[in-house]
Amino acid sequence: MSTLALPQIEPAVPSGPGRKRLSPWQTWGFILLAPYVVVFLVFVIYPVFYGLWLARHPQSYVDLVNDPIFFGSVVNTLIFLIAAINLKMMVALFLSGFFVRTQPWIRWLSVLFILPWAVPSIPTILSVRFMLNPEWGIVNQVIFRLTGADGPNWLNDRWLALSMAMAMHVWKSLPFWTMILIAGRLSIPGELYEAASVDGAKAWQKFRFITWPSIRALYLTSLLLSMIWTLGDFNSVYLLTGGGPADLTHVLATLGIRYLRLDQVDLSMATIVCALPLVLPLVYFMMKRLSR
Amino acid sequence: MNARKALAEARLILIGIPVALWTLVPIYHMFLFALSSKQDAFSGELLPLHPTLNNFRIVFEEKHYFLIHFWRQLGNSLFIAITVGVVTLVVAAAAAFSISRLKARGGRLIMNCALFTYFIPAAFLAVPMYKAMGVYGLLNSQWALILAMITLASPYAIWVLKQASDKLPYELDEAARIDGATPLQLFRLVYVPLMVPSLVAIGTYALLLAWNEYLYAFLLLSNDKDITLAVALGHFLSADDSPWEVLMATGLIYALPPAAIYYVFRRYMVSGLTAGAVKS
Repeated sequence: MSTLALPQIEPAVPSGPGRKRLSPWQTWGFILLAPYVVVFLVFVIYPVFYGLWLARHPQSYVDLVNDPIFFGSVVNTLIFLIAAINLKMMVALFLSGFFVRTQPWIRWLSVLFILPWAVPSIPTILSVRFMLNPEWGIVNQVIFRLTGADGPNWLNDRWLALSMAMAMHVWKSLPFWTMILIAGRLSIPGELYEAASVDGAKAWQKFRFITWPSIRALYLTSLLLSMIWTLGDFNSVYLLTGGGPADLTHVLATLGIRYLRLDQVDLSMATIVCALPLVLPLVYFMMKRLSR
Repeated sequence: MNARKALAEARLILIGIPVALWTLVPIYHMFLFALSSKQDAFSGELLPLHPTLNNFRIVFEEKHYFLIHFWRQLGNSLFIAITVGVVTLVVAAAAAFSISRLKARGGRLIMNCALFTYFIPAAFLAVPMYKAMGVYGLLNSQWALILAMITLASPYAIWVLKQASDKLPYELDEAARIDGATPLQLFRLVYVPLMVPSLVAIGTYALLLAWNEYLYAFLLLSNDKDITLAVALGHFLSADDSPWEVLMATGLIYALPPAAIYYVFRRYMVSGLTAGAVKS
């Protein structure tokens, strides 16, 4: 947990009491920091407060709650966060154990395994979208050839389409989290496992008493971070289902953009404000974890 | 013992095969379409029976309604990605140097502001950002997208660079100062050369982030001649009878540069980014 906690270093120039003029070192410190401060003020602070100001009308929230799509979107978002993310992280934990092995073919497979993360999401999501096309998509054609029956209309059923969007999200981000957990596992000293082997520990016991205690904190941090980012995952839903069928697969991220496209900025900002109870606790925990 | 080893290996292979299929099928499907005529693509064959490069010819010669500005849009993507990469690198390296080496007053606060920005889900910041760009009169200008992407890329960039620069021995700075170096000389002659691996990782990160971005590009740009290739790909969805085989060829062209860059810089990316990403 020592990400930002580093050996305390003396300030570049001791600023004694009564020292009025800034030393060149401090002046340069401010000058070099200035570009980011400007970016932050102009493109984060101002937009955020402007957005909150746009979301000030109580009527927007009444309209929002009365929109049947909103409730569905909240449910979808929660399912996405709880089911998809936990599943993804567990699979990543499992696969990180697979990929730390040293066989050459596993090394090669790990190079391929990164591909979903390395390629942009748009073309691959569109590729999957066509694979799931009920008539011409390769999935249903294969189902037809194997069983003689028509496959389901994948993107035309709320739960099926939402599952596909979650699978898409998992496909895209699983390699990244697996890589993080591999890095975590590799930082565990090998002697611990050797000693455990000498004592006759089974694979499960090694995981339970060595691996898990060592990477538990990393796992939880990753889980939270992944949840925050997933709240902002627009592409997996929008490009695969477009929010359809009948706007039943929207999540809060796509719903906010949907209102914006419909020129209902008040509703759009209200949607985001409604997501804040989900976002802020996660952000708070992450800030506490990372900025020690 | 040998039988047990073989059994263990077999179990690993039983994991490896589904992993490989899961990873590769959507990408293979993209290749399959890109190399097939429309008829073959829609026939559901699993192999390209009559492979053809015709789709790529259509793309390169801009011979389709959706692609009349293909080269222009490719250039836009390239221009925006490179600008974002370079500017983010400069902004973030300066800020990280200031916070970590010069111990600028308020540096810790700025670091926390950056971290906070990093944790705002990008799709939620998009709406206020869109409205603010409207106020600034930047909508439909590529600078809107460039500035937005710099805003999104720099928090993580600063954080990773600060982590890396905190690890440099402080004696170096002291020695340089005793020799009478100015802060800028310290930055240029000591700091930057030592930070090259992290700087490469961060420049690549920002460049890829901008190249891959869809949502912000789609909100902030609308003119066909200004949009990036990512947005142009999304436009294919607007028609019912989209030429999916041409779309996949375009998608492949769009996906190749980032994948190539990623694999070229893989060593830097993996160590530079995971080291900073989630260290607990």
